[in-house]
Amino acid sequence: MNRVLLTGNAAAAWGARLSEVDYVPAFPITPQTEIIELIAELVDNHELSARFVTLESEHSMITAAGAAAATGVRVFTATSSQGLLYAMEMLYTVAGWRVPLVLVNVSRGLSAPITLEPDHNDVFAARDSGFLQFHCSSCQEVLDTVILAYRVAEHPRVRLPAIVNLDGFYLSFTREPVEIPELVAVRRVLPAYSAGSTRFAADEPTSQGVAVLGGSAYSYFRYEAHLASLAALEVHADAVRDFEDEFGRNYAAVDEYRADDPAIVFVMIGSFATKARQAVDRLREAGIDVGLVRPRLLRPFPTEAIASVLEGKEAVIVVDQNLSAGKGGVLHAEIASALYGRARAPRALLSFVGGLGGRDIAPEELFEMVRVARDSVATGRVPPPRLLFSAQDLREVRRLQALAAAPSATAQFSRAPARPENGDPRRTAEGGTS
Amino acid sequence: MLGSALFAEGFEVQDAPLYGAERRGAPMLAYVRASHARIDERGVVREPDLVAVADPSLFDLPAGVLSGVRNETVLFAVTDRTADELKSRLAFSGRLVALSPPAEAGHELAGTLCAAAAARLLGIVSRSALERAINSELSSLGAERVARSRAFAVATYEALAEHGGSVREGGDVAFEPNRRPEWIELGGEPVLLSAPAIHAIQTSRLNPTGAWRVARPVIDYSECHRCHWICSSACPDAAIVLGDDGAPLVDLEHCKGCLICAVECPWHAIQIEPERRGHGAEESSA
Repeated sequence: MNRVLLTGNAAAAWGARLSEVDYVPAFPITPQTEIIELIAELVDNHELSARFVTLESEHSMITAAGAAAATGVRVFTATSSQGLLYAMEMLYTVAGWRVPLVLVNVSRGLSAPITLEPDHNDVFAARDSGFLQFHCSSCQEVLDTVILAYRVAEHPRVRLPAIVNLDGFYLSFTREPVEIPELVAVRRVLPAYSAGSTRFAADEPTSQGVAVLGGSAYSYFRYEAHLASLAALEVHADAVRDFEDEFGRNYAAVDEYRADDPAIVFVMIGSFATKARQAVDRLREAGIDVGLVRPRLLRPFPTEAIASVLEGKEAVIVVDQNLSAGKGGVLHAEIASALYGRARAPRALLSFVGGLGGRDIAPEELFEMVRVARDSVATGRVPPPRLLFSAQDLREVRRLQALAAAPSATAQFSRAPARPENGDPRRTAEGGTS
Repeated sequence: MLGSALFAEGFEVQDAPLYGAERRGAPMLAYVRASHARIDERGVVREPDLVAVADPSLFDLPAGVLSGVRNETVLFAVTDRTADELKSRLAFSGRLVALSPPAEAGHELAGTLCAAAAARLLGIVSRSALERAINSELSSLGAERVARSRAFAVATYEALAEHGGSVREGGDVAFEPNRRPEWIELGGEPVLLSAPAIHAIQTSRLNPTGAWRVARPVIDYSECHRCHWICSSACPDAAIVLGDDGAPLVDLEHCKGCLICAVECPWHAIQIEPERRGHGAEESSA
């Protein structure tokens, strides 16, 4: 039992190491750079027998990743936000090539405005690309999910690349206790990649071409990729069972926490879901029964698993840490479509959008969401979606807006700069300070 | 260091820096949570039980050092001031422990001193756990520096014996029915206000990037030959200006200390001097 403090980034690097990856094309971006730095060290110290290559952009990085995967090697790479979007056309292409690989995305809000802090808009931009998509809410889960992702992605019924998402800062740079599995045990759950016909050897060269196709053929191939993603649900369930048998940790597609009996549940993904878990415990101590439903898998979308736990509930609180401008929270819409038409679908499906750019979701906000849900159940009225924002948040923004607009800032420099004298640039000829 | 020491003592630990190595020259903070049970809370600690301040000049900056501090919070600062002076300046009536930094300790040890002080103040970290944590966290610095850090840490740990265990164990995040968020409805605002764009000229002059320096170039005018301003041309930040007599002058507000000028000067007329601790903020406000 090797239980140590690891950051989410270190856990991701460990996942790659234990998966004995062969090829790591890399490009840095906050907040994931630590992952590739750690892997580079491992390769340098001969602790990981892989080829580590830096590319000049994430677009090239994903191209290299897909091409290498197409030759039959196990590929690992990592990126975030702007980098993920820079690679966007290649995400669709690589998924369309039907090659498996694991891309760790460390979630970070998208520019503009620029932020380094997390939300899920970046990874959701890849939602429709064909990549499988896993969401982690602890550093342990990050390490374990990288291994699981290879197992699912490489299965002959799937053969799709996978994104494993962890939140920047709250997981990437945060240390938590992580049990590091033994390599021999990992090998029992994750066999070596068997590339089958997808292979390339120097003494057996071949080329891969992808044809330009019209309607029927194009449709066939896109439908097949979709069906493969759906098939991943069963493949994932098998993998989860084997993983639990070996390591005692369960990673079912939907994590249900005290969610069987209560009338009201939260639905949340990612690192902030543990805050909801805490809220569940505190409220139950106060006699208010709530639960938490946490999808770990978003692509394929575990429709049946989600519908079956949410059916019969009176109110469902969906907390989205993402925002589709002009529509609302993405998870909320996906949950709604999974429930539509079902006889016992909850009448109150509440939407809260928060955590953008790393904005905290305070415990009292989670408690208030439950109050809103209970009111909704009592009155039969469902409130419109709420964008989480407080008077304090607005005060902070007004302060910044006042600073940005301050006339003194621009007026001071509309004169020609004063010449420094006596060798001290801080003293000007007029005797004032610059 | 503190997180590792607590983990070694058998606690569940969560620790993280906020912009640890990524933003030199700006205030940095790190937080540690320790518990007997699984830790579900996330993000910067809102109501700390202990705040350890490695650089007291931070009190003068908008660094939020006192954010969430209550009377029960214990404050610790590495400072030449006395605890009473600092308490009065900060209008803080809780327990404040001040430790004068040992003269031989450079300010690279301030973090270690804070970890050691925190370990003692918490009362739940043994000296041996602290030493083991320092050994493992600083191992990449080499045996000699690790030993030095350990020695200062142990000295601090012993020096604060009278304050040992003065940090009270805090409660879990609680459900307080009367503590409600002040949610507001954000309305659409005109784009001149609601677009994140700032339009201004010469704003780089406003940013005192000189605060980033760890070493400064000092021109020796007896050696300076007033060449065709090689230093000024080579400076990537236009931080060497020319005086009336053609003498180059370093703009210390903006010089980041890259020292390219010192390397480029053909007369070797530019010396390199390390920056003083805290950029004189504490001394100047004394």
